[in-house]
Amino acid sequence: MSEIAFLLNGTPVRLTDPPPTRTLLDWLREDRALTGTKEGCNEGDCGACSVMVTDARGTRALNACILFLPQLDGKAIRTVEGLAGPDGALHPVQHAMIDHHGSQCGFCTPGFVVTMAANHLNGVTDHDTALAGNLCRCTGYAPIQRAAEAAAQAPVPDWLRQATDPAFICPQISRGEAAQPTGGSAPHPFLPRTAEDLADWYAAHPDATLIAGATDVGLWVTKQLRDLAPVAFIAGIEDLRGVSLTDTEVRIGAVTTLADLLPAMAPLHPDFAELIRRYGAAQVRAAATIGGNIANGSPIGDGPPALIALGAVLHLRKGPARRSIPLEDFFIDYGRQDRAPGEFVEAVSFPRQPDRLRAYKISKRFDQDISAVCGCFSIRLDGQTVREARIAFGGMAGIPKRAAAVEAALTGRPWIEATVEAALPAFAEDFQPIDDMRASADYRLRSARNMLRRYFLEDQGAATRVLEVAP
Amino acid sequence: MSVHKPLPHDAAALHVTGAARYVDDIPTPAGTLHLAFGLSTVAHGAITAMDLAAVRAAPGVVAVLAAGDIGPADCSPSNHDEPLLATGDVQYLGQPVFLVVARSHLAARRAARLGRVSYAERAAILSIEEALAANSRFEDGPRIWARGDAAAAIEAAPHVLEDRIEIGGQEHFYLEAQAALALPQEGGDMHVACSSQHPTEIQHKVADALGVPMHAVRVEVRRMGGGFGGKESQGNALAVACALAARATGRACKMRYDRDDDFLITGKRHDFRIDYRAGVGEDGRILGIDFRHYTRCGWAMDLSLPVADRAMLHADNVYFLPAVRIESHRLRTHTQSATAFRGFGGPQGMLGIERVMDQIAHRLRRDPLAVRRANFYAASHRPVPPAPDVPEAPASEPASRGAVEAVARPVPEPPADGAQTTPYLMPVTDFILHELVAELEESSQYTQRRARVSAWNDTNPILKRGIALTPVKFGISFTLTHLNQAGALVHVYQDGSIHLNHGGTEMGQGLFQKVAQVAAQVFGVPLGRVRITATDTAKVPNTSATAASSGSDLNGMAVQAACLTIRDRIADLLAAEHQCQPVDVRFEEDRVRVAGADYPFAEVIARAYQARISLSSTGFYRTPGLNWDRIAGRGRPFLYFAYGAAVSEVVIDTLTGEYRILRADILHDCGASLNPALDIGQIEGGYVQGAGWLTTEELVWDGKGRLRTHAPSTYKIPAMGDRPRVFNVALWDGRNREETIHRSKAVGEPPLMLGISVLMALSDAVAACGDGSLYPRLDAPATPERVLAAVDRQRGRHGD
Repeated sequence: MSEIAFLLNGTPVRLTDPPPTRTLLDWLREDRALTGTKEGCNEGDCGACSVMVTDARGTRALNACILFLPQLDGKAIRTVEGLAGPDGALHPVQHAMIDHHGSQCGFCTPGFVVTMAANHLNGVTDHDTALAGNLCRCTGYAPIQRAAEAAAQAPVPDWLRQATDPAFICPQISRGEAAQPTGGSAPHPFLPRTAEDLADWYAAHPDATLIAGATDVGLWVTKQLRDLAPVAFIAGIEDLRGVSLTDTEVRIGAVTTLADLLPAMAPLHPDFAELIRRYGAAQVRAAATIGGNIANGSPIGDGPPALIALGAVLHLRKGPARRSIPLEDFFIDYGRQDRAPGEFVEAVSFPRQPDRLRAYKISKRFDQDISAVCGCFSIRLDGQTVREARIAFGGMAGIPKRAAAVEAALTGRPWIEATVEAALPAFAEDFQPIDDMRASADYRLRSARNMLRRYFLEDQGAATRVLEVAP
Repeated sequence: MSVHKPLPHDAAALHVTGAARYVDDIPTPAGTLHLAFGLSTVAHGAITAMDLAAVRAAPGVVAVLAAGDIGPADCSPSNHDEPLLATGDVQYLGQPVFLVVARSHLAARRAARLGRVSYAERAAILSIEEALAANSRFEDGPRIWARGDAAAAIEAAPHVLEDRIEIGGQEHFYLEAQAALALPQEGGDMHVACSSQHPTEIQHKVADALGVPMHAVRVEVRRMGGGFGGKESQGNALAVACALAARATGRACKMRYDRDDDFLITGKRHDFRIDYRAGVGEDGRILGIDFRHYTRCGWAMDLSLPVADRAMLHADNVYFLPAVRIESHRLRTHTQSATAFRGFGGPQGMLGIERVMDQIAHRLRRDPLAVRRANFYAASHRPVPPAPDVPEAPASEPASRGAVEAVARPVPEPPADGAQTTPYLMPVTDFILHELVAELEESSQYTQRRARVSAWNDTNPILKRGIALTPVKFGISFTLTHLNQAGALVHVYQDGSIHLNHGGTEMGQGLFQKVAQVAAQVFGVPLGRVRITATDTAKVPNTSATAASSGSDLNGMAVQAACLTIRDRIADLLAAEHQCQPVDVRFEEDRVRVAGADYPFAEVIARAYQARISLSSTGFYRTPGLNWDRIAGRGRPFLYFAYGAAVSEVVIDTLTGEYRILRADILHDCGASLNPALDIGQIEGGYVQGAGWLTTEELVWDGKGRLRTHAPSTYKIPAMGDRPRVFNVALWDGRNREETIHRSKAVGEPPLMLGISVLMALSDAVAACGDGSLYPRLDAPATPERVLAAVDRQRGRHGD
């Protein structure tokens, strides 16, 4: 028997043997009659189901439609119904949304309000980025932006400040004697707390599905309607979390979220940070992990191209055995990775280096969109000569892939326009992309070539980014 | 005064607290069952075998129904060509084939995947070109309207343009997917709660499917989580399915589409291809023009005929076309049935002529605004005499916009009285765009900014800016004339509280609040006295869809009429008591004043009740003066036009085709706005939705007819950061020339077409990449890929 415990709008909840892949959204709406949290897409792309989640690491908005009940263990959940104060007073963002006409049909509004309240609590004021994961079809966003700006002038309500203070809430989430879910036998979910625990268990259950942020695996359940048991929820493994720096290396634990990775990358490789800013949206980045982004082997994940360009090494573990391989070697073919049954990603690392990384992501929409092409370049010079070029792409092949022929065409040559132009035909040697709903093969190849041109032009100081143009 | 005030949406406080109830939020009786459709996996073919054993055996399944199990159940608005479940043949990939009734939503969805259906596939007609080649169409041939001899005018013109624009469709992406709940009642009656813009049609379709009179079916709609036209006819299938399953099981039945199912099953905006040939004078004026509209209607007729009509009705937009011919092909394909979407064909028709204006300017190397102005209708402010009332022929499904007349109905030509007329001969006598555009040109600094854009482009090789001003003129009225009617029901209770009901539905546009403002205005009471209640076919019957931007025009008048009836009765009572005229009884500031006396409103109501005065009334409104012939394209289909204009500035990246809207300035005409805050909300939202249609919102079907953009992961509506960096929206200061409710104008659809300025600004930026010899020919949606292709054409770099 396993039990999970969490706070729901301040009230302790204990669930015994919850179905391991029941979503928080379904549970709220069907079991608790808390229908303020809406289902808009059931895949984490619209934010109508946003809820506020607090744990020892702080408060953030997450998509309840792809959040499984066991992931809530030890956390505090606040839904739109729990945003007004104990005296019934509306939260400042609720007031502002009324005053600034921020709702029309109102269906996206609870999700917006919850995300805005989380941002308000955290002092986040870059609303374009922070609200990119909440879609509205009625307002054109202008009044929501005005509301967010107006609410920022009001203080966080004292009661909410307290209710989201980990020191205040953690003692209230009491688990019984069986507090630590003692997984092991399916279908109970396994919630390991250390990499050691995971290594032992996973080696014994190599057919299990590991779930970290569930931003991708969630859709296996909500869209593909798959049964995943047995499952292990690994986001709580503290020794797999975090970014550590030495003089020579940057090491990123597998369950480090994209949200945590972003500020760590900003001072080292600003373009990697900007790429992460455009990875999903705030709710997705707060849940998704770099390990998941790599391990699921997607050809269109944005993490691998940047990491490959930085010369990353992947650290894998099975039981007590560990091995490290160049990240690009992990991706063998579409849907196939160099990972043995029972083996999992512990970390990814790359050498400290002067920042020469540029990351270019093309999608139909800037925010909350999957790359049609993601090109990452690190071209290091000796004087005016290319000493080393590491170039990797997502969206150009069945796997994240290095542009070996292009790299060869640049390496050792003078860093001049003629070299760049001469290297362009090599793209067709490296890549034979496909047509799909995101882009045609022709566009993929054409824009990939132009990314190299852009890299060169930016090196010469040219303005090339539409996102940096002021009105 | 409660009208003309910028009051918040009536449900704003419910929205922000999560307390606003949508269909899926309604508490349901114990034992409620949940439905899901099994969908066709091929675009066209005959069902050869259907093995549903695994579906029936799946956990939680109560019943599984196929076409043979339910009898004839049609979901079409008018043409009786949409069986609830496929009968023998499937006509598109995603068509419902069988129906699962289960104990939970998830159980129903899971079971629906287990059906084994075999098909003898046939060739599917997917594209406009394939449909033309196969002559696959609705109606016998194209509709053709003409005025003058366009061909001769074109041949005689100094400049001739001939080209084509392809215009993609658009998914509504209402945030609340389609949903319905049927609650069986005693005696075989059915109560349906649903997310629909057209409760009367739901009532009618459910009654037909159940084989009961309409009086046995009651349909209630409190609100929708967005509609945009997508809930005019596309919710019929869910309501009919729920009602049939509820009757079969005796249990409440609910159905809501998962988002992917919603994309796959329901219709979208029509794709168009518009071919044009225009003869142009040296001054940029169009002398003659020939349009060919090719409209992809999908598998069923649905509302496609009036959509295509409205595209023809907006082929002129704001421009006088002295000699014009418009040919419209309504093509049948094996894809989702294209349906109503905000603008209802108007946007596509309008985009055709705006493209022509842009291309003329390029050809003559003149500023596009100057060319547009040269073609504007002449200013004229004479009233239009009403058209004589000629009753329409009886239609079989009169409540649907799809029930258009198929035979010509000669109507007398409206007297133009010197005013210029549209291609369908309606005089344009309320044309305010000369003044409106001048004001916008000034407030947006269009001229100065165009110069700055040009200078900027001279010094930036990679990034290019573009700017464009485009105008809108949108005809207001249902083009199926008899739909221009509305009813209301108002009760004043003995405590002075007012219960308000009307035939319109609330989908976020703020209709309920506007109408409540009208009611409060009549009684001179604060808005708090007025309770707006769910649209209910048992309160107000025979309603038209809340569509065609008509909601507040029609229902506001009906509510006003009902309120005035009650107020007049009270005034008669007080006038008799005070020996004065009823007109001297004033209702203001929550009081009633008469002959020096001054009573609280509630006290007067209590007295009226005791005096046995009826405090309940219906109200009714029919739009006057409309009459036209859709076959000939002649007459007065509209009561008036709503106007607006937008200036958009964009920047593009010539390496990748990525772009961003930097600034938008909008000046829009809502007449004397009933509620400026709600109207500005419609304008901002409409502009962004229109920009989305023409930029990132790309629908992609594969060669088998499968929609590959089936969820927000692959179909990209604008997000927060996509709105213009600077976004200035203002209302034109004016009153409706016609006697509309408080002289306001309709606002739902017209602002969507302001988004056309974004496509034209992108075209302007692309043109800046070349030497001026090549017109960009940007099709829609102008995805980064299309923009890059256009840039590369300018630079002669294709295929490098």
